This record gives sequence, structure tokens and C-alpha cells, in this order.
Amino acid sequence: MREIKAELIKDNVRDLFLHASSFIGEDIYNKLKERYEAEESPVGKSVLRQIIENNEIAAREKLAICQDTGMAVLFIELGQEVMIVEGDLNEAINQGVREAYVDGYLRKSIVDDPVFDRKNTRDNTPAVTYIDIVPGDKVKITITAKGFGSENMSRIKMLKPADGAAGVRDFVIKTAVEAGPNPCPPIIVGVGIGGTMEKAAVLSKKALLRTVGEHNADPRYAKLEDEILEEINKSGVGPAGLGGRTTALAVNINYYPTHIAGLPVAVNICCHASRHAEITI
Amino acid sequence: MEKVISITTPVTTSQVQELRAGDNVLITGNIYTGRDAAHKRLIELLADGKELPIDLNGQFIYYVGPSPAKPGHVVGSAGPTTSYRMEPYTPTLLKLGLKGMIGKGALSKEVVEAMKENGAVYFGAVGGAAALISKAIKKAEVVCYEDLGAEAIHKFYVEKFPVTVVIDSKGNNLYETEPQKYKLP
Repeated sequence: MREIKAELIKDNVRDLFLHASSFIGEDIYNKLKERYEAEESPVGKSVLRQIIENNEIAAREKLAICQDTGMAVLFIELGQEVMIVEGDLNEAINQGVREAYVDGYLRKSIVDDPVFDRKNTRDNTPAVTYIDIVPGDKVKITITAKGFGSENMSRIKMLKPADGAAGVRDFVIKTAVEAGPNPCPPIIVGVGIGGTMEKAAVLSKKALLRTVGEHNADPRYAKLEDEILEEINKSGVGPAGLGGRTTALAVNINYYPTHIAGLPVAVNICCHASRHAEITI
Repeated sequence: MEKVISITTPVTTSQVQELRAGDNVLITGNIYTGRDAAHKRLIELLADGKELPIDLNGQFIYYVGPSPAKPGHVVGSAGPTTSYRMEPYTPTLLKLGLKGMIGKGALSKEVVEAMKENGAVYFGAVGGAAALISKAIKKAEVVCYEDLGAEAIHKFYVEKFPVTVVIDSKGNNLYETEPQKYKLP
């Protein structure tokens, strides 16, 4: 067994959120620049320029890219030969989130009860955490600070098996285009297909964490990603919804085996400020 | 985009009625912030027949919950939040003299009708350009509802705060007209 102190988890969680909140990924930054050059709409071009400039200011001055610094979502891959010592794993994760948001001047956006009290917890906890046990003696921590303008535009649908690829395609395109200006386009579209209802949703969230420009390893799904991206960008919605050719930067599909009777499809949308980071300890 | 217009708050109805969808506007003066929870409280006060803690006459509300200010800064990052969540409250505030909202994303027909009736405009700021936008905010103070944290009503003094008229007081709407120009079969 390899022993890892809970404090080390806490420190890494804190540092990952602090980093992701100010530094946009190089993949997204480069894609935004590429789309800026290609954008035909003058207004769309101006919006992309402001987004790129904003990302540069945020990185230079260590400011939050967006004021909505999100709900903290973590995917932990915990090697089965690892023992977390001197503390509780979940508490270490929440303490890391707390330190990042309180000490890092990030916005505290979490309410304790969704329906009745809606009282702000004042430290952005609790996080949403998924823990997978995997072989080995490492811990991989992947975090995303998920903004809710785009989260609110996400949808899930239980398609019929007969709906097939065309049904998936139509549902994803409809979801992305109908979201219009609301999720801060250009967006990243995470798609989870298969499993059960909640499995599809988790797959779609994970799909948002993929490097922009990378495709699903299965060429059929990779082709579907390209086709959907092209159709979304034909919509004309454009940057900030003010018209143009750049509505989405990427469509990323993850899939999983499913039941003979089902074809669950979840579409998780993220704004252009897709803030995520990972580390393996 | 047609032209760049500078306006100073508070504004008159005729001033905002001159603005057209597509105009780039630089706002200088005080603006108020407000999101879901603050709007809910304002409307509850009115329902109880009480006075509002802010005078909305001739004012703009910016839909924003800023991130906290770092030491030495006036305000943290402060980009717009999605406007449709405030729709249930907006027509009431427009009747009280609110002349404009600053946000991002679509607004319902009901709100646009109320804007036309009362002579008001909807400005779009670029969502996610929050660090850049914060540079135009020169002073920030909490006016009320401090317990709401980021959702408290702030008064911002802004200089040349950059926005675009997305929906004007005639109901012309860039979100409807502009994507059509770039739509492909």
C-alpha cells in the first residue's frame, strides 16, 4: 500500500481550482484565436477578440476569467493500492475547494438547499465528487469549475433505440442551437450516450474535460462529433449569440454500453470559459 | 454595428428611445446590480406596499454577481449573468421607471412588450469577458442585502462601460436578426 496524506489531496485540489479559474487551457485559447481569424461576422469577430483579451488579462493579473467561478466538480481516480491517511478524503476535497474560493477571491455560488432556504454556504462547498477505484498506486484528480449559465442549458433525453445516430444528432444539435445566446457561445458540447440516465449525464460532464481538438477513439463517433459540430456552426448563432460562424468550439462524445430497450443521451453544455485542470499524484 | 454612443446615467425615456439595436454604447455614471435573489426581495417589498431601497427612475440594472475584489482592486471579475431568470420581476421594475437592463441571453416576449410600453432598452455585455469588463468599474459599494453575498445590490460607478443594444425600445432584437444573416442551409 502507498500512503497518501489527506492534506496532500487538499493542497492539490486548492491549487487546481486556483489555476483553472485564471488560466484558460492552451487548447481553448488556440481554438479561439483560430476562430477569430476565420470568423466572417464583424460583431462575432469583435466578441471573440474581447474573449481572447479577457483570457489574457485574467492570466496576466491572476483574475477570475469569469465572475461565475462555478460549482466545484471533481473526478477522482483512486488507485486501489493507495491508502488515504491522516484525514478524510471527502473532507480534504471540500477543504481544498474552501481554501481556493475563500483565499483565492473566487465567487461563492453554492446554496445549501435548492428549493426552500437557498442560503449561501459562503465557501463554495460542498463539491460534487465522483470517485472511481482503479488499478495502481496513484491518485488522479480532475477538477472543473462549472458555470451555470451553460449548465442551465444542458438537457437529457431517453431516446428509442430506433432513433439511432440520426436521433442523437438531432437532439444534440437542437439542444445546442436552442440554447442560443444564453450559455455564452462559443460553447463546448459534452455528449454522453448510453448507460443509464445518470451514467449518460456523468459521461457528458466528463466529455467536457477532453482537450479541444481531440476526438473519440472510435472513428464512427469521431465522425458524428464532426458532423454535429458542423451543423451547430451552420446555425448562425455565433459568438455571444450575436451572429456568426462560431457557435461551438468542439463536440465531444463519450459512450458506454446500454440496455436493449434504451438509448440515453445527455448533452452538457459549457461556455467558452471551460475551466478544468488535472494532476496525477 | 452602427455607431458608438456615450450616455450618462440617469437617463430619460427619450434618450433610450433614440437607441437602436446594434448601437455600441459606452455607459458612464452609477448603475445598480441585481440578480435572482435581490429581485425577489425587491418585488416582495412592493407586494407589501413598502418603498424600495433604491430609486430606479432613469436607472439601469446590471445582471451580475461579481467575484470578490482582490486587495487593491475596486471589484472582482464582473461579467453579465443570463437575463431570463429575472424575467418574472422585470415588467414591474420597468413600470417604476427602470430604463434598461444589462445582461446576456434572450428575453421573453412579455419583457420586450413591457420595454416597448415603458420605453426601455436591453443591453448585452459579453458573457465570460468578466476580467476585461471589470476595468470599466471605477467604484463599487453594497447598497443593500449584504447577506446575499455576490447577489447583494451593488452600486457601481462605471466609466465607458462597453455594451451593445441588443433589444431596443421598438422591440428590434439582434438575437433574432443577426443569426439569420449567418445561417447556412
